[in-house]
Amino acid sequence: MSRPARRRVVITGLGPVSAFGVGMAPLWQAMIEGRSALRPIARWDASGLPTSAAAEIPAELFDVKSYVPKSYRKATKVMARDIELAVGAAHEAVRDAGLLTKSMEGSAEGATPTLSPDRVGCHIGAGLIAADIDELTTALYTARDEAGTFSYALWGTQGMSNLTPLWLLKYLPNMLACHVTIIHDCQGPSNTITCAETSAALSIGESMRVIERGDADACLSGGAEARLHPMGMLRQVFAKRLAPTPEGVDPATVVRPFDPAATGGLLGEGGGILVLEALDSATARGATPIAEVAGYAAAQCFCPDTVGVMVNETGEEIAAAMANAIADAGIGADAIDAIVPFGSGIAHLDAAEAAAMGKVFGSRATSIPVIQVMPFVGNCGAGCGALSVAIAAQCLRTQTLPARINTTRSSLVANAAPSSSARLGHILVSTTSLGGQTAAIVLRAHP
Amino acid sequence: MPQPPRIVITGMGWVTPLGHDLQTVWGRLMRSESGMAPIDRFDARTFPTTFAAQVRNFDVANFVEDAQVHRTAGLNTCFALGAARQAWEQAGLSSWKGLNRRRAGIYLGAGEGVLDTEHYVAANIAGWDPSKQAIDGPRWAAAALREMTAMREIEQEPNMPVSHLAREFGLRGPSYNCLTACAASTQAIGEACTILKRGDTDLMMAGGTHTMIHMLGVTGFNRLTALSTSKGDPTKASRPFDRDRDGFVMGEGSGMVILETLEHAMARGATPVAEVLGYGSSADAFRITDIQPEGRGAAAAMTMALRQARIDAATRRADGRAPIDYISAHGTGTKENDSIETLAVKRVFGPLAKDIPMSSVKSMMGHLIAAAGAVELITCVMAIQSGMLPPTINYSNPDPELDLDYVPNTARPAKVDVCLSNSFGFGGQNDTLVVSRWNG
Repeated sequence: MSRPARRRVVITGLGPVSAFGVGMAPLWQAMIEGRSALRPIARWDASGLPTSAAAEIPAELFDVKSYVPKSYRKATKVMARDIELAVGAAHEAVRDAGLLTKSMEGSAEGATPTLSPDRVGCHIGAGLIAADIDELTTALYTARDEAGTFSYALWGTQGMSNLTPLWLLKYLPNMLACHVTIIHDCQGPSNTITCAETSAALSIGESMRVIERGDADACLSGGAEARLHPMGMLRQVFAKRLAPTPEGVDPATVVRPFDPAATGGLLGEGGGILVLEALDSATARGATPIAEVAGYAAAQCFCPDTVGVMVNETGEEIAAAMANAIADAGIGADAIDAIVPFGSGIAHLDAAEAAAMGKVFGSRATSIPVIQVMPFVGNCGAGCGALSVAIAAQCLRTQTLPARINTTRSSLVANAAPSSSARLGHILVSTTSLGGQTAAIVLRAHP
Repeated sequence: MPQPPRIVITGMGWVTPLGHDLQTVWGRLMRSESGMAPIDRFDARTFPTTFAAQVRNFDVANFVEDAQVHRTAGLNTCFALGAARQAWEQAGLSSWKGLNRRRAGIYLGAGEGVLDTEHYVAANIAGWDPSKQAIDGPRWAAAALREMTAMREIEQEPNMPVSHLAREFGLRGPSYNCLTACAASTQAIGEACTILKRGDTDLMMAGGTHTMIHMLGVTGFNRLTALSTSKGDPTKASRPFDRDRDGFVMGEGSGMVILETLEHAMARGATPVAEVLGYGSSADAFRITDIQPEGRGAAAAMTMALRQARIDAATRRADGRAPIDYISAHGTGTKENDSIETLAVKRVFGPLAKDIPMSSVKSMMGHLIAAAGAVELITCVMAIQSGMLPPTINYSNPDPELDLDYVPNTARPAKVDVCLSNSFGFGGQNDTLVVSRWNG
């Protein structure tokens, strides 16, 4: 069935944020060299949990103040880490796209922004942002009764006033998009998708559709999450998604997607914002597209445990999303030259994805190169899909496959290998969440 | 150029502080009843706000095939299951076996689950090192692993209601959850319509669910001074558009609709209850704490929705009526919202604004936060079906600045064919839906 010609959507700016810092350059360099950022957590003593390693962004590589205009610095006080990462990522994406927005340093007061603010949308996936445990407990501690037990009555009279008035606004998931839309003056359609690890891919898909149907000319799109705090890690421990990191084991070697010996995933903080733009808009302003967002589809997995900690291992719905995204791109499965799977090292998810690849690609499934993300930067939750799409775009732009690490006994083309050049026309990105939401995106090399 | 498919609502359901079925809740709205009472879910007696509109006597077991399957579900998910079951039944889907589940998706604007406050607080206090004014990591971890339970934690993820609904109703199409504060479920319904229009699905379950009636929820809104702190009768506290309004009152619950392409609904012999004509979405891009003072973003969302509905906001209809018959206001009862919403409506409809009745059911059932928009869209459809407009109760002292028709205090008969429903979220998220009578 042929669809009517539709408005084409391209990526014109990449703003990944990872444990290697802000921007594609440091991340790409590490991936080419096969260097993982996973190591013991420094920010808090996580040794009481069975997993105490993750991919943290070192303080010297990220200061949110350098990504906001001076007039907005005060607002950084009400930004949870997740929000900070999104603000940094958006700044990088806008810079990379060569856009002038309200906030970019160096733009003269009153300078005309490159794109009309009401034609710029924003879709940023977010996670369940946990309250800063030290800040909250400082207040909770003041509401103990004589026996040392927490008292609601004392909380009402003297405890809660220890929280800053804007406390709640640090943790609303839509604050990632709110701060970004304020800083860059994006007045078009805006949304915050909260489907765990699939959030960013669903956001990019939604941006694509918004631009395609003409409701915006460009969108800041992606996701970010920082789950390295105590509650974020605890929830992943409870969901049995993390690999144990006993003493003596190098965390950099732990995450091994599609390896029969995989023991689980590790977390990272990060994500990314991309500038998605109508091809006509990019062409009109003389911008060079990095890649085309050619196809997108989503589906819901059947989950025998209801909440989707366990995803149907037949991979049926993951395959449906992949196949529909490929069809949406107007190509056949044989045109896919590489795949960025979720590839978490969580055994049942890897199995579901491998099964899905088998359904979509048949015997080719075992000859399509797999591009790894999580062995390098961990599972960045709501930011996952944005990192994957940014990396896929970089692969297409450079016609290069980055190195793979750790995995040694996969039946897929997923075993450790050095970086290599490759002819890449289309790359398929797939993500599946804790919860069973799954999305697939097809990127096409441009031109 | 082919016309995009028309989108109809074929089923609706809600769980609200005024009841758990369409007719009971509607009857109570028609009688100007309030769902507000002192909070009894936790001890809020010393809080600045001591009351809310709680859902009462609700048992999810009455709404699901096997309650065991959902035994770990949080309260927000239970509300969603209750509302979704009603919508599913009304749409005739329980007795129809032809649904292509791959082409049936979900788009919710559901809020996060409720924190396991008791155990969370206990773990944090046990893990606290007063000398460092910080958590002692290993001590906290030991307490947390002991105090908290796995499923209680996992069920707080905001996508859990989606996952439960997918399981209960066997839906396998595209599924999303968005959480744009108080605009979430209006946005979810609007986005679900765009997915249907593009032809990516045949049917979508859409709506929202939320409860923030818990210790840190009330704390958060109290610190923001967004809640009414009225010391008198709780049923008088929510006073949208009244001169003496002093903030919103928290409600909780869920609203769900079944949306279909007209072609799909007709082919299976379903009866549409209304048609969704338009959806608009915008960002204020102003401040995280304040609404853009001229109502720029709110007006943009309304304008976009009306344009999509092919309604000219400046022109009366052939029979002399204003362009639309009713606005379900966001109408929270905060000083700022009600003033700016009034301004934005005037900006969109000009002199005709005064001829369009606009009320806030939040005066009776409180603010359902992420779920508010879905419930308010359903009130629009109920108004169309019954020819009655729900009132804004507690409207006793007009605010000189606010001069629209807020349907004060008592329900009113009216010819209702086309309605507009507004939702505005903290941080400047604006969403509007336009819904009309199904004319066959």
